[in-house]
Amino acid sequence: MDIWSGLALGFGNALSVTNLGWALLGCFLGTAIGVLPGIGPALTIALLLPITFQVSATGAFILFCGVFYGAMYGGSTTSILLNTPGESGSIITALEGAKMARNGRAGPALFTSAVGSFVAGTIGTLGISFLGPIVVELALQLGPAEYFSLMVLCFVTVSAVLGGSALRGLTSLGFGLLIGLVGIDLQTGQPRLTFGVMELLDGVDVVLVAVALFAVGETLFLAWRHVEGKQEVREVGKLMMSREDWKRSIGPWLRGALLGFPFGVMPAGGTEMPTMLSYFTERKLVRPQYRKEFGTTGAIEGVAGPEAANNAAAAGVLVPMLTLGLPTSATAAIMLSAFQSYGIQPGPLLFTTQADLVWTLIASLYIANIMLVVLNLPLVGLWARILKIPTPQLYAGILVFATIGTYGISNSVVDLALLYGIGVVAMFMRRFDFPQAPVVIGMILGPMAEQAMRQALTISQGDWTTFITRPISLCILVLAVLALLGPPLWATVARRA
Amino acid sequence: MLRRHVLSATAAGLVLPLLGRAALAQQQQRYATMHAFIPAGPGGGWDGLGRAIEQVARQAGMVGSFQFENVGGAGGTVGLPRFVGQRRGDANSFMVGGAIMVGAVLANKSPVGLKDVTPIARMTTEPGVIVVPGSSDIKTLEDFLNALKSNPGGTSVAGGSAGGMDHILLGLLLKSQGRSAKDASYVAFAGGGPAQAAILGAQVKAGISGVSEFAEQIKAGRMRALATSGEERSLPDVPTLKEKGVDIVLGNWRGVFGPPGMKADDKKKMVQFFTDLHNLPAWKEMLERQGWEDAFLAGEEFEAFLKQDEKATTEVLKEVGLL
Repeated sequence: MDIWSGLALGFGNALSVTNLGWALLGCFLGTAIGVLPGIGPALTIALLLPITFQVSATGAFILFCGVFYGAMYGGSTTSILLNTPGESGSIITALEGAKMARNGRAGPALFTSAVGSFVAGTIGTLGISFLGPIVVELALQLGPAEYFSLMVLCFVTVSAVLGGSALRGLTSLGFGLLIGLVGIDLQTGQPRLTFGVMELLDGVDVVLVAVALFAVGETLFLAWRHVEGKQEVREVGKLMMSREDWKRSIGPWLRGALLGFPFGVMPAGGTEMPTMLSYFTERKLVRPQYRKEFGTTGAIEGVAGPEAANNAAAAGVLVPMLTLGLPTSATAAIMLSAFQSYGIQPGPLLFTTQADLVWTLIASLYIANIMLVVLNLPLVGLWARILKIPTPQLYAGILVFATIGTYGISNSVVDLALLYGIGVVAMFMRRFDFPQAPVVIGMILGPMAEQAMRQALTISQGDWTTFITRPISLCILVLAVLALLGPPLWATVARRA
Repeated sequence: MLRRHVLSATAAGLVLPLLGRAALAQQQQRYATMHAFIPAGPGGGWDGLGRAIEQVARQAGMVGSFQFENVGGAGGTVGLPRFVGQRRGDANSFMVGGAIMVGAVLANKSPVGLKDVTPIARMTTEPGVIVVPGSSDIKTLEDFLNALKSNPGGTSVAGGSAGGMDHILLGLLLKSQGRSAKDASYVAFAGGGPAQAAILGAQVKAGISGVSEFAEQIKAGRMRALATSGEERSLPDVPTLKEKGVDIVLGNWRGVFGPPGMKADDKKKMVQFFTDLHNLPAWKEMLERQGWEDAFLAGEEFEAFLKQDEKATTEVLKEVGLL
């Protein structure tokens, strides 16, 4: 079946009233759980699995895809308004988004993230329909050596968030790498830094750390330094994006989407790396007159880019699942088990044996995307009102919210202790001007880079040259060196000239 | 209204005589509420077994309702102590567990082990399969074993986390070739997706995992299956290791356990419950739909099997250097 007749068939199936209903329900549920930190799409779909006993396969998958896409939308809302990322892909969004909200630009930040998600989601879905099988074959050419090089490239992005003092920034990074080491080592099965606490064996959840650093740390800091009697009510500001905002957002949306999609397709890619790279790119490419907004009042480019990258990557994750039956994320793994409970074996033959279902699913992704933007844009005004709540009440609310969300991840008291323990550390980090973002970046990239490096070295039997003899790996490393040394060198040359 | 009445009465009249006494007896409710403890996150293999038990038992009317609790992490060693601590002596609670837990308890040096719970029954098993990329020049199991023998370091094998079933199977294969399990060039991946991708992309020489995980790739010709590790063939065209003269039988079994301190009567009741559940036609259908192999073993036989499994796992893990 060629692509056009496939799509026509898919839309024919997806546009029935029942299926539209499932899509709407999925989008709504997804947005809601995306807002809650801790409860992600994987858990939600797992809890919805029993409906597969009652509902038709098409209906169930439309619902699941709605949840999946919706969670990506919802995750950014709390990142921006409350500095509390709902899932790992929107951690980077919090960097600039929360600063924009604090400076009366919550509306445009939410707007650009919703429209950016729509643009990127659509580009990603187009990618699934037209490029899927080709891109996935290319992605299979990447082995552990290439992934390690990619992570080296991502480490360059840390330089963008180190802040004024390199020493403080690197200390934060080290702290992140340390937390990332906790747990059972994948390659040897040995527990590291767990101190006999069974709950630590699986490591520390990155969303938990992000919530502790951004939300709990800030709340505690405010409680500590808050001057009694000086009630400041935040300004909500204008809701709509100005013409200027649109102009500043379009580039980051497109770049973010183009960056995000291939990372999503990569079996070990995920949503974290492209959001970091997009943030770094936008920070470097921003027009000079807005450069000072980064890290101070919040730059719209820093929200638009990563948010687009996140959504395009989320779409990309579906490609290996649909074309090869490879579950490359927790959500995809659970969706695959849902296929199995319908007696459908997901694999390389899915596109031929279940063409109906696959194309209906793809069509419903387009529909979910439109539904989400329609659902979310009117909500921007409502969400932004949250900021009208006086600071003490607002932050008390955030604390309750973060606590419930964290307990929801694992029902574990140890996680709560970690949340507040790291929160106290973050409070002191704020007090003494240590940046928090490098902690999260170190924590995400550290373990991934370590495993990829050791996998590559096991395969090459300990030969370190594997990183520079494999052509793709070498290219990525050269790119990393350029990204790191290029700007300062360029600046020196320009000054001399 | 009336018509429906007549219809259902006719249906009952037709069906009832066909059902034997045993089938009718099974409609009896055994437990009003059962508490299912899953020491893993929702969506995985243990969770799947727990939910399958719920579905079959409730449809047969054997249990009124189920309550699920998922406490995931570290091969079940996070959930296990909680089950032992909170459910002691509870006649209505069971935990799902399996081979992975045996290894994880040993490797993580968990203070609480399967010795602390009451073995009820082994329900399913899934043999492992050894595969190579479709384009590989390794064509048969003999080729692969020769490669392992002559150059174990250069024969990289992808699988799940270190010390798991896949790693143990590779260790046993090396041993069978007169090599030490320590020589293995084992590349551990988190989760089935990345491991499969590494094999499909020929980043590694071979891969080991559960049969169901690779079945579709094998069917599509993107991976070549060399052998499976079950007692009998799992894939019609693929020989077992035993057939090929390698004396290894290994499977990722899953089963159910009661809490510690169960009364003898309560335990007997639960063993009977799972035995009857296993005999239902609906359970057979469930196994087929999920692609699980039946490995039912209850009571004392299951206990004996557990002891032996623990011993074998300890041996291999020691040799691999994980203990």
